Amino acid sequence: MKSSLLVSDARTTKRNKAEARFKAFGLGAIAVAMLALVILLTSVIGNGASSFQQTYITLPVELSADRVDKKGNRDPVEMAKTTTIGYAPVLRDAIVAEVARLGLTTELSDKDLAEMISKEAAATVRDRVLGNPDLVGQTVTFDLLASGRIDGFFKGRVTMESAALDGNTSPDALMIAQAFADAGVMDTKFNWSFFTNPDASVQRPEAAGLGVAILGSLYMMLVVLFLALPIGVASSIYLEEFAPKNRITDVIEVNISNLAAVPSIVYGILGLAIFINFMEFNQSSPLVGGLVLTLMTLPTIIISTRAALKSVPPSIRDAALGVGASKMQSVFHHVLPLAAPGILTGTIIGLAQALGETAPLLLIGMVAFVREYPAAYTPEAGLFGEASTALPVQVFNWTQRSDPAFVERASGAIITLLVFLLIMNAVAIYLRRRFERRW
Amino acid sequence: MQSLTTPLLFVIALAVVGYFVAKARALQVAGGDIRTLVSLPRQHALNTALATLVPACAAVLLIALFSRITGTTPGWFFALVVLGLGITGFVLSLIGIKIEARARNYAERWIMGLLIFSSSIAIMTTVGIVFSMLFETFNFFGQYDWRDFFFSTTWSPNFRGNSELGILPLLWGTLYVSFIALLFAVPIGLFAAIYLSEYASPRFRSIAKPAIEILAGIPTIVYGLFALITVGPLLRDYFAEPMGLGQSASSVMTAGLVMGVMLIPFVSSLSDDIINAVPQAMRDGSLGLGATPSETIRQVVIPAALPGIVGAILLAASRAIGETMIVVLGAGAAARLSLNPFEAMTTVTVKIVSQLTGDTDFASPETLVAFALGLTLFVITLALNVFALYIVRKYREQYE
Amino acid sequence: MEDMTHVDRTMTTQQNIKISAKDVQVYYGNNHAIKDVNVEIEDKTVTAFIGPSGCGKSTFLRCINRMNDTIDVARVTGDIRIDGEDIYDPKVDPVQLRAKVGMVFQKPNPFPKSIYDNVAYGPKIHGLARNKTDLDEIVEKSLRKAALWNEAKDRLDSPGTGLSGGQQQRLCIARAIATAPEVLLMDEPCSALDPIATAQVEELIDELRQSFSVVIVTHSMQQAARVSQKTAFFHLGNLVEYDDTDKIFTNPQDPRTESYISGRIG
Repeated sequence: MKSSLLVSDARTTKRNKAEARFKAFGLGAIAVAMLALVILLTSVIGNGASSFQQTYITLPVELSADRVDKKGNRDPVEMAKTTTIGYAPVLRDAIVAEVARLGLTTELSDKDLAEMISKEAAATVRDRVLGNPDLVGQTVTFDLLASGRIDGFFKGRVTMESAALDGNTSPDALMIAQAFADAGVMDTKFNWSFFTNPDASVQRPEAAGLGVAILGSLYMMLVVLFLALPIGVASSIYLEEFAPKNRITDVIEVNISNLAAVPSIVYGILGLAIFINFMEFNQSSPLVGGLVLTLMTLPTIIISTRAALKSVPPSIRDAALGVGASKMQSVFHHVLPLAAPGILTGTIIGLAQALGETAPLLLIGMVAFVREYPAAYTPEAGLFGEASTALPVQVFNWTQRSDPAFVERASGAIITLLVFLLIMNAVAIYLRRRFERRW
Repeated sequence: MQSLTTPLLFVIALAVVGYFVAKARALQVAGGDIRTLVSLPRQHALNTALATLVPACAAVLLIALFSRITGTTPGWFFALVVLGLGITGFVLSLIGIKIEARARNYAERWIMGLLIFSSSIAIMTTVGIVFSMLFETFNFFGQYDWRDFFFSTTWSPNFRGNSELGILPLLWGTLYVSFIALLFAVPIGLFAAIYLSEYASPRFRSIAKPAIEILAGIPTIVYGLFALITVGPLLRDYFAEPMGLGQSASSVMTAGLVMGVMLIPFVSSLSDDIINAVPQAMRDGSLGLGATPSETIRQVVIPAALPGIVGAILLAASRAIGETMIVVLGAGAAARLSLNPFEAMTTVTVKIVSQLTGDTDFASPETLVAFALGLTLFVITLALNVFALYIVRKYREQYE
Repeated sequence: MEDMTHVDRTMTTQQNIKISAKDVQVYYGNNHAIKDVNVEIEDKTVTAFIGPSGCGKSTFLRCINRMNDTIDVARVTGDIRIDGEDIYDPKVDPVQLRAKVGMVFQKPNPFPKSIYDNVAYGPKIHGLARNKTDLDEIVEKSLRKAALWNEAKDRLDSPGTGLSGGQQQRLCIARAIATAPEVLLMDEPCSALDPIATAQVEELIDELRQSFSVVIVTHSMQQAARVSQKTAFFHLGNLVEYDDTDKIFTNPQDPRTESYISGRIG
């Protein structure tokens, strides 16, 4: 009857195998989650990292007066009548001349050669000329954007095989591009303009940037910060410190925890119906976006603020009351400062959540194509009232375009967004570590 | 709105001036010796500033609301009201500065008012959500039979009229995607939570837990793009096409899988909390009888935590149903009632987005239907949330 | 009752050794919780561990069925043998060990299952019953031994958590003896119970001695005196004194024991 402990019986062996299996499932689940994270990040970074590089062509451009200043009086108002279309021949001649200078032979027509330069380049040259009319008549060297296909060639997205099937480029053009690159005329550089340029039209992905989107997101974050933080803190203080425990406050509590779980798109509908249709605020404006995101972020901020207030021990309040401070003074002078790190952490996390939110912004018109940098204030549009877009919405916008170059842009925009989020979360973690107090 | 800006700016300036005037006046009343005052000059100053500012600002908000409802621009009369309120508060509070005046209590009453107003914003948000959708939904049902909306199996909006706007195919897509997402997220999230709370060493836990939570911090647009450019084509090339199940990269499976990944941290962190709430004594009791850890988990911990876990799964389901960007980019736009998970289908949220972006005409049922869809979505998720939060709260109380 | 235990005590002194511990050290992280404990516990005897709180008596108890394994930072060295077999031998499966060395905890911790399932849990996982009839029999026998059968037989399907505190603790005892252990460890089993329930459990412990070697940790000297034949006094992680219970309480050898018995420390 008596069995030795040193010998494992059959049943125990079987049970231990089941144990090992179960444990392996657990580890496997974590591995799957990690793997998903790694694949997700590699996919996005793999697709988007190249958007931080851009191919430029360095061309001496002859700005002859009879092309860019037909009246010949160097008057910027008159010169502005020459549109970007008028500059196209100037650039065409420049690239044809460059091919000749390098002694390259090609079957490409002049027009095909001109298409290797981005359509954006004409505007670049025109802006420079209008800014400095003295350049007319001179030959000026410009760093001009190469077209999206040529850029794609240097990034491996476009190959000789794909170019053969492509109406927008050809293997011959890629050969010229390679020759340019070998001669040092064409070069891939860090793409600062990705962060500063506004969006660009469907035909010129190479010129599309995040400037407007970043500015729009920044404005919205300011609105959220200046509304959600004070309102959130004020309502947390009331609910946590002053509210009588009755049915009304119960309703508010349940209401807040439910608001935190309402789908974000519903807030978009709210914004559309209340702020745009009813209040008649400007569509696509960071003000409306900020208001919607404020309402969305409030529950998060309230929940974390209340947790922070709750963690301040009652003895602190008693001490303040004991020296004759009013309840209000004890809260504002003692409890609030002690809860500040927790509140700040919660706020940053709420802001990060708001920064990445897309769905509600689609409904309030932030998908619009915006080329103009929105001003923070204009007398006509009011505060943050000018049309804008936002980082995550810009990503969505670019995914809706067919040119694969926009996939690269969208992924690049996501990397930018993730970097912002990473910084915000790092700050939140730092604050928590640095100021966390254990009572 | 514009006509109120000037009086508002004036009132703000008056409040700032009032702060310093009241402070000086309090000192003067005290004859230079603040010890004779019941309330500090600072509190008198605060009271005056708030008395000037708060009623005038409240008036601005009310007038703005009123003029929006009536569709008028507030005239000079309202500007005078705002100015008058500001000046009245200013003057009255200054007159009220006396030795024995309890300015601290007065000032705190204003502050309390502001605190209560802030708390009511949460309520107003809910009211706003419900009313904004209810109003347009009624408009919609005025133009379109509600029975067709709820029971028709065809969704084909047509901007020239004669649209068929049945919600059933959209609901089907929504539930199908959510189901696949949960099928993926619940086992993985639950097992991950079990491993982290019952097996993992503190070191492993301190690395793995934040790593999983990174998934929760990633915006949904990122998941959407991931579905669009990576998962969709992958599933199509390696599963759907070889098996002859479809040629579409966007599909229920694509959106469901990616949404599943998104929900893993949600399920795992909720379950982790819930499993940790099961008292250690319960585990000790089982281990002390010679049960293996896995037997303890399966037969004691999980049954004890079951209500909480069910609550967590319901919350995750509500998340999945309301999720937008992943399905917009991953599920497709064709309304379809099909069982094949590799076919593109569409969801309620996708259609809300598509009906409300671009050119919208708020008189046509094709646009208004989005509000009915939104209200349906809101009601479903609200019911799930209320129920889930109730279960979870009951569960926590049991072990507190 | 006082007389009876007195007679038993003299009878049990010649029993053979069930558990022997040599130079046992326990560390919680950097904290040296148990220092050089040497003890020999006899079969079919109730042994009480007494001492002020934090003295290590519970920690040592948890070494005997390796419950300390479940705490990450705990480390045990030394030699603990049951029937001459080293229970910390790498070949020993703690699962098998714990089936042999049952444990009852400070707070009643019935599983959120029916009374029947609570008792049947151990036999099921260890495969002690061939069929349902067997299992029914084990459950009944265990509940009877734990003096709970009469109160519980009509409500075997109702949840164990619905019982009163004393009944819950007896259910936990029934649950522990259902796996047919040879040693029963009890960690302050009455600290959460009222006096009447305590008396019932103490009576039960005395009966259990017929079948098991019982080790009980208690903070109550009266309880130790009432139920045990041998008593070990722990202080600051050291086993100060170990002897027959009446000897410890009437004629302690160590001044620290004496101080504790007379209420000066603790």
